[in-house]
Amino acid sequence: MKDLKTDLEDNSHAEAWAISSAQNRFPKHAPPDPDPSSSSYTGDFALPRNLQKWEDPSSILNYDTLRTQQTYTEEFGGSSGTRSAHPQNPSVRDHGGLQMNDIIEINKILEWDPRTMLNNLSFLEQKIHQLQDMVHLIVGRRGGPATMGRPDELVAQQQQLVTADLTSIIVQLISTAGTLLPSVKNSLSAVGPSLPDQQLRQLGEILSSSSLGMDAALPPQPSDGGGPKVPDQPNQVDPCGHSSNEHVEDHESKEEEDLDDGENLPPGSYEILQLEKEEILAPHTHFCTICGKGFKRDANLRMHMRGHGDEYKTPEALAKPHKDMSSEAVIIKRYSCPYLGCKRNKDHKKFQPLKTILCVKNHYKRTHCDKRYTCSRCNTKKFSVMADLKTHEKHCGKDKWLCSCGTTFSRKDKLFGHIALFQGHTPAVPLDDTKGQVGAGPSWIGETNEDAQKPGRASFSLGSDGEMQNIMASVKGSADDPASYFSPLTFDSDNFGGFPEFGRPPFEDSEGAFSFLIQGSRNYPPKRGGESSSNNLS
Amino acid sequence: MKKQKMSSSSTTSGNPFDLLSDEIVFLVLDHLSPNPLDSKSFSLVCKSFYSLESLHRRSLRPLRTQHLPSVLSRYPNLSLLDLSLCPRVPDSSLHLLSSSPSLSLSLRSIDLSRSRFFSASGLTSLALRCINLVEVDVSNATELRDAGAAALAQAKNLERLRMSRCKMVTDMGVGCLAVGCRKLRELVLKWCLGVGDLGVGLVAVKCKELRTLDVSYLPISNKCLPSIMKLPYLEDLILEGCYGIDDDGLAALKDGCHSLKSLDISSCQSISQVGVPSITSGSTSLRHLNLSYCIPVTFALAGSLKRLSVLQTLKLDGCMVTISGLKALGDCCASLTELSLSKCAGVTDEGLSALVTKHRQLKKLDITCCRKITDVSIAHISRSCTELTSLRMESCTLVPKEAFVLIGQRCPHLEELDLTDNEIDDEGLEYISRCSRIRVLKLGICLNITDKGLSCIGGACPKLIELDLYRSAGVTGVGILSIARGCPSLEIINVSYCNDITDASLMSLSKCSSLNTLECRGCPLITSLGISAIAVSCRKLTKLDIKKCGNIDDTGMIPLAHYSQNLRQINLSYTSVTDVGLLSLASVSCLQSMTILHLKGLTACGLAAALLTCGGLTKVKLQSSFRSMLPHLLFDHLEARGCTFHWRNKVFQAELDPKCWKIQLEEQMQ
Repeated sequence: MKDLKTDLEDNSHAEAWAISSAQNRFPKHAPPDPDPSSSSYTGDFALPRNLQKWEDPSSILNYDTLRTQQTYTEEFGGSSGTRSAHPQNPSVRDHGGLQMNDIIEINKILEWDPRTMLNNLSFLEQKIHQLQDMVHLIVGRRGGPATMGRPDELVAQQQQLVTADLTSIIVQLISTAGTLLPSVKNSLSAVGPSLPDQQLRQLGEILSSSSLGMDAALPPQPSDGGGPKVPDQPNQVDPCGHSSNEHVEDHESKEEEDLDDGENLPPGSYEILQLEKEEILAPHTHFCTICGKGFKRDANLRMHMRGHGDEYKTPEALAKPHKDMSSEAVIIKRYSCPYLGCKRNKDHKKFQPLKTILCVKNHYKRTHCDKRYTCSRCNTKKFSVMADLKTHEKHCGKDKWLCSCGTTFSRKDKLFGHIALFQGHTPAVPLDDTKGQVGAGPSWIGETNEDAQKPGRASFSLGSDGEMQNIMASVKGSADDPASYFSPLTFDSDNFGGFPEFGRPPFEDSEGAFSFLIQGSRNYPPKRGGESSSNNLS
Repeated sequence: MKKQKMSSSSTTSGNPFDLLSDEIVFLVLDHLSPNPLDSKSFSLVCKSFYSLESLHRRSLRPLRTQHLPSVLSRYPNLSLLDLSLCPRVPDSSLHLLSSSPSLSLSLRSIDLSRSRFFSASGLTSLALRCINLVEVDVSNATELRDAGAAALAQAKNLERLRMSRCKMVTDMGVGCLAVGCRKLRELVLKWCLGVGDLGVGLVAVKCKELRTLDVSYLPISNKCLPSIMKLPYLEDLILEGCYGIDDDGLAALKDGCHSLKSLDISSCQSISQVGVPSITSGSTSLRHLNLSYCIPVTFALAGSLKRLSVLQTLKLDGCMVTISGLKALGDCCASLTELSLSKCAGVTDEGLSALVTKHRQLKKLDITCCRKITDVSIAHISRSCTELTSLRMESCTLVPKEAFVLIGQRCPHLEELDLTDNEIDDEGLEYISRCSRIRVLKLGICLNITDKGLSCIGGACPKLIELDLYRSAGVTGVGILSIARGCPSLEIINVSYCNDITDASLMSLSKCSSLNTLECRGCPLITSLGISAIAVSCRKLTKLDIKKCGNIDDTGMIPLAHYSQNLRQINLSYTSVTDVGLLSLASVSCLQSMTILHLKGLTACGLAAALLTCGGLTKVKLQSSFRSMLPHLLFDHLEARGCTFHWRNKVFQAELDPKCWKIQLEEQMQ
């Protein structure tokens, strides 16, 4: 960490802007950190940004050059969130967000300074002219951009040079636009800030379509809080690594965070933060109340807070964390899930924000992650959130309301609702009927699991097992093993145990039951999801 | 077979019955009375009759499950199997039944309501193999659990299922039934205390063919009513004693079940008058309505009943009744033929008179214990309701004896008349005897009647089937003699505490060969001789109560044991019967219930032997002193056979003077 910082500082002062940016950018395209989700990565990344005082423009660029794709976008998310925090909180000037404007002024900017802006713009103009000249030169040499396709090393170098410079211009532009934000307050739809964004986006598009190696890194996310939302951005790269064309189902599962569904905040009345996938999955317990970034240790968070402004640098703030924070954090913050297409993602038409970071974490894990934790008691139920597993384990084995299809319910009325809905399903009653063999040890698990599957499969009188699996998978709404569906509960392994009726086609009069079942399975997953999640929560 | 018979008849020409074709014999059998003894005699005529009767028989009520194998091979075409006489029906019997190839196809109905010891396993094989099973009665299977219900659910063709008092069955079991037995038309869940809204609701969702649903005394609430009301064919709904159902729930009836013909919400204490309009607005085709022990009968209630234009039966037993309510009731429900106001407080002459004068077509009227009414009401009833076939007016104590003359004069169609505890005298009985169609006559505790009145009945009422003379102490042998002569079809007679009854009366009663119930408690003059006479002649005797007939001893029991092979129930308390009599009685294979308290001559050994011999016992009342005198293993064994013991520890009671019994009773009540 220290090495990195010093390295940065060395670099930052040494070289001239244009050239250094072009040269330093090359290492940037090296493969990103092999384990981006590791805490050390984020921690390392966070500290230099916040601790270092950027003294000149080149330092910013150097800083940027060290960004990988993900960190780049993250930087935007973080800084934009910070910026929009200003209107309500003008006294809390946060230097982390303003780092790129430090070229002009490092001192406290209490309100928008036209002179600063002018300086900024003229600086940009200068750079654009330089770039223009360079491109002119290239064009003049080759006689047109059509020749760019030639497999010439020089051409490639030139192109990279151009794109790199453009990138830095974009960055500058964005930060310049960002300085405008405090002045326009909350009128997000104002023309001022939206214009640069628009242009930026176009620029980004051009770049991404033409450039060689930069495409992934460059397209900025203009819709982050500060600017107006851009609904459809072509080729947008999802921070989680999912491409935007990928169709994502609406997961309407009831979850903990649904608690906030009723509040109906008008869009725009709250600030939307979107954490990275890595951020969400990191085992953080301490979160920045300003940008939402999470930390493993409180000390690291306090270090991070310094980046948000001088007032966090006092010994008191460092020693007694968050004491005065709560009183100042008046702005309503809501969170967006980084998973594109998710209802909790801010780009979704019916976006439903998440209330807290904990909600984000739980939501993301439950909805978009593998279920890593398996219940050691029943070996069937899987969870992605540890707390869910623990809740389940409290009730495991008490799921005594069992349907012939193998589905278990913790509540009898849910089972009966299920049975009323589906033809051919029937309550499963253990034949020996010794009241609730709950709480039996693992001894009955292994031997009964197979038996439990058979009746369940046969009960649908299906054509093949394959179809069955499909159905079960669709019912489950995830790629879980269908076998896990069958509760080991209450089935005996002897002949008369379980369901003797499954030996013959059960309930023949429901011939249409199967087709109905397939149709019904569409509607089924949400219901089940609701059921299971309510189980977990209860 | 027929050819064979023809040839045999031509060669031997011995049996003229061989000339009859099978079809003719079957037709004859079709017309045979349902009395099992008749078909038994028929089958004993000759071998061919025996085999034909076996082929023809559709219903069977076996006595013991032990004989099932031979019985099943003898009767291959049984469709109705009534096992109510078999206290013990283990799973093996049910397996046996269902493994019989012919029976498994022909069996349509089975009655297990009095049987125990079967479980889900037996029911499973029954349900799976007897594919044509339509009707099952597992009432009183208090140990049956959900698994049993799930087993029954595999009988897919089941249409009628009675399972009252299956207390261990829960929603899960009923849920299985609902899913499995889609063709159910009749379901009785009375007293299945484990079944709640969910089970009943699912039944209503799944069993769309339901006609009759009895959910009496279930812990159900309003929740399941809407789905019940959506049943398209529901005709008969019994919600007796469902405390969870209130006026809000009845609102579900508003949109109503148009097919509903009969509704019973008696003893639903959460229902008030507010809910009734929803009933009447929703189900206008209601024919039978039971509001007993439920809501006060007021003007408003009667007003809301007005919409029920085709109502035939209205039961308001035990309700608070106002005069205006009764009067208003007279203005509505013009089609009413049956009205019950039994034990209603507030029924007065004014109200009742106004009511009956409007309902001239009433056929059945029950005013039991309407203690305020007098001859005014009776006059109005008899004048208006000339079509009455049934009048029950027990304990209408203010009605003077003259009033009964009016009944006899004006209600000639009476078939059932209950005058228990009334002031009727011989003159009244003389007029009552004009009701020549009378079949049931109850004259218990009518202290004013004597042999004279009874002779009139005996002389004019040949159709009399049941006569109750309990504590009508004025009756002696003469009256009984005339009854015995004039009423040959008498089946039930109670002469308890008519302490002038002698052996001669019993001898005369023995002419009534249909007699199946004889109660002659507390008749000290009756001896073994009289009982013997009854035993020899009345072969159908099934119930005998000779408690406190101290002169009956073992010599009476021996002919009883020999002749009354159909005896099921006997009360021997306070008689002089000893071990010998009891042991001989034990050979009656039908005997199911015995009450043997205060038998001085009975020893522990004798009792043990008798109990062991009597294989079909289901209920024995014993003095608790025997409990310690006999080994526990014996009782365990008997209980495993299906017998239950009731232990009594009452001290010997001296009998009250029968003549002043009523006065003493009234004094005690005050």
